[in-house]
Amino acid sequence: MIDLTGLETRPAQTWGSVRLVPLVRREPILDLRLHAKIYGDELSVVSLPDKTDYWAYVPHAFVASWTGDGTPAAAYGTQIDEPARRMGIRTRRRMARRVDRNRLRFLPMHLAVEGYLALHFNGPEIVWEEWSRRDLSPRVEAVYSGAEISGLADALRVFEIHPGQCGLMIYVADSLAAATVVPHPDDYRALHPTLIHDLYGELIHEYALYHPVRDVPAVLDTSGVASLDDLRAAAERHAREWASFHDTTMAAGMLSSPGRVEEIYRFGPFRLSRFLPRFEPQRENHIGETITSDGGRVAYLKTFRLSQAQIRRGYLLTRLAAHDWHIGRTAAALGTTPEQLGLRLEHAGFGHLLRQHVLDHYRKAAKR
Amino acid sequence: METFADLIECEDVLLFVNAAITSTGQREFHGTQAEQRLSLRFLHSYIDGNYPEIYAATLALEINDHNAAMIIRNLLVRHAGDGALIAWRLSRMAPQRVYRLFQDLRRLGVNNRRTRAIIAGWLSGRSDLAFDAVKYRTALKDAVRHAHLRLEGELGDFLFAPRGRTRFDHPLLDAWRRAHYEKAAVYELPYTVAEGFAARHGIRREVFLERIAPRLTRLERMRLAESARDQGVEADLAAMPLVRLASYALSLPFRTRARRRAELTAAFRASAARAAGTRAGTWGRVTAVLDDSFSAFGSVTKRRRPLAVAVACHHLLEALAGDYRGLWLSGGDDPLMAQPTGPTPLGQRIIDGLETAPERLVIVSDGWDNAPPGLAGEVLRVWRTRLDPDRKVSIVHVNPVYDAGGFEVRRLAPGVPTTGIRDAEDLPVLVELAQFAEGRTGLAELRGYLAERAAERVAGR
Repeated sequence: MIDLTGLETRPAQTWGSVRLVPLVRREPILDLRLHAKIYGDELSVVSLPDKTDYWAYVPHAFVASWTGDGTPAAAYGTQIDEPARRMGIRTRRRMARRVDRNRLRFLPMHLAVEGYLALHFNGPEIVWEEWSRRDLSPRVEAVYSGAEISGLADALRVFEIHPGQCGLMIYVADSLAAATVVPHPDDYRALHPTLIHDLYGELIHEYALYHPVRDVPAVLDTSGVASLDDLRAAAERHAREWASFHDTTMAAGMLSSPGRVEEIYRFGPFRLSRFLPRFEPQRENHIGETITSDGGRVAYLKTFRLSQAQIRRGYLLTRLAAHDWHIGRTAAALGTTPEQLGLRLEHAGFGHLLRQHVLDHYRKAAKR
Repeated sequence: METFADLIECEDVLLFVNAAITSTGQREFHGTQAEQRLSLRFLHSYIDGNYPEIYAATLALEINDHNAAMIIRNLLVRHAGDGALIAWRLSRMAPQRVYRLFQDLRRLGVNNRRTRAIIAGWLSGRSDLAFDAVKYRTALKDAVRHAHLRLEGELGDFLFAPRGRTRFDHPLLDAWRRAHYEKAAVYELPYTVAEGFAARHGIRREVFLERIAPRLTRLERMRLAESARDQGVEADLAAMPLVRLASYALSLPFRTRARRRAELTAAFRASAARAAGTRAGTWGRVTAVLDDSFSAFGSVTKRRRPLAVAVACHHLLEALAGDYRGLWLSGGDDPLMAQPTGPTPLGQRIIDGLETAPERLVIVSDGWDNAPPGLAGEVLRVWRTRLDPDRKVSIVHVNPVYDAGGFEVRRLAPGVPTTGIRDAEDLPVLVELAQFAEGRTGLAELRGYLAERAAERVAGR
């Protein structure tokens, strides 16, 4: 579970198919600050510790500054650098890297996406006879940049930032597309425009094209209203109802999403970690990354909603891994036949993992 | 007996009047320029097609110049409208807009006898046509040509054959001739014309501004007040209309606003007192809910316009009311330091406003109620139906922004009249107009009101 204690939900603002729900912190976190480092439009390649490379469009990195003793930290370098004009490939070492004694540079979202891509990256651990000798390399996933999501740019432009706002939940056609939380309102103000550079899944791109949403106008229960105080109380009740509806219904899928949490980096009293969902088909599945303080309180959060195809891929890989990559046993656990499972693997884009003659056999069996 | 059609007509007309007061065909916070123009064009042809008499009569109301020019153009195209009313409206319009309208008519090929008479009539009413000939040379030339006029004396030569004469008798015309080769003559010309000559002669900007200062118009003075402060250009703030003054004040950095607080406040007070006139202090207990949310920024072409209207209304209401309270959405209490930021919790602030037990509640907002959406409407509905069914408190919502998608200024609640606003000075009149929207008066009264205003205008010339 993601613990969003300290963040209060405020009324949503709607534009086109996008609904934006602000999250406000009563007390900002002072000893951790974030700022963006804009990289520009070129393709990036990140070398990872296990000698593999991660290639992606990385428009910006975040730099976290912190103090160990709870005194306020300053956001380092508030200017946004001009993107370099030339095209090229930037190489960066590691996803999270300490750039100074108390500053950490990390690539937002890519930490989580890389976690998803590297899922059982080495392929079958036990090479049963059905498997070819190839691993999953290269694993490729395509995502959309926020600028390609229809209406998102306008929605972010006309959004009115609340005082004390430290986070935002982006819903497209009322399905949660992404959640962002930062430690301090000033950081949020500075990072709000970078939301357009973030990654969004194919599902969100489709929804944004076809499903406009409307404001949910406030409706007050007026039966007991006899004075202005009653009216004020009714308005406050409405605000509470909305907040609890949002937290328990609209965002529930994301908040309960993490199935596996992996700690990446520990700095000062904070931990940077990423999480993967349980990969349940037909449900919301989010991957994401968090910075939590000692008490597990979320200081930073960024999530990405997987599309159904991506969930399917993750689901198949985790199921296979859970049954030691044995086709027969996995198929039995999924309540299907090995032939069907083989075809599902092929549809999910993992056909090359199976030996060619095994796959041909499965295809033939399916035709009969 | 009111029929359903009457009600619809009444509504349509008010909708159009509100649009014609607010929309300038420029980009707004929530809509692009193209959306605004498309929406406005549709509205004009809709009203013109369905209620042609009312369309012509709206010229008598406080609609803005952009819409007035559109109406006059459409009327002249189809040989309609009251010539006297058109002439009256043209006489109130800024000359550059009138000339642009004439050029429009020329482009559209509208050249009936009536149009020519109106152009001739307007030109004959100009106090000094030689001045126009220098300042709006091309436009005047076009108008004269289009209306088949023959200008008296040297003016015709000046426009059509300036090289034919070695000198002109009129000092301004002659200054224009000399300015081509004599630097000193540049400073006898109007600022916009002189600027071109100054560039041609390579006169340094500081020197130019210092010497042209006495020839600046009131608005040019205000526009240059910041960039040419060192050259001794100073705006006469107290003489400015409220919204312009507010726009100017809001354009200054916070530190400057703080430093010049006494001066700016005095100017606001003077301007508001002038606008209130004899009505000053007669409105009783007034509370205003003023919108300074982020959307009050407007757009890059209408910078802080909605906020400036709110600031201006604040000062005017202060002058009109006996006992005044202004509540800003952000919770601030210093209109001079206002800045467009934060959400729009209109509902909460309206409750706060009603709690002060006012006789009148004025809401100045673009109507994008979003924290939470629709609460303002609910609060007003409950107030009207349960807490104040006798309508003891008069509530008016004035909205400075035209919503292109809705073909109207955004409303808050059905029981509360909403009217568009452009200049704060119109506020008292708009409140009068708003009663039609409240449904207490019918179409006959509305038609009567329009006819009366039109007659007043024509008679008052």
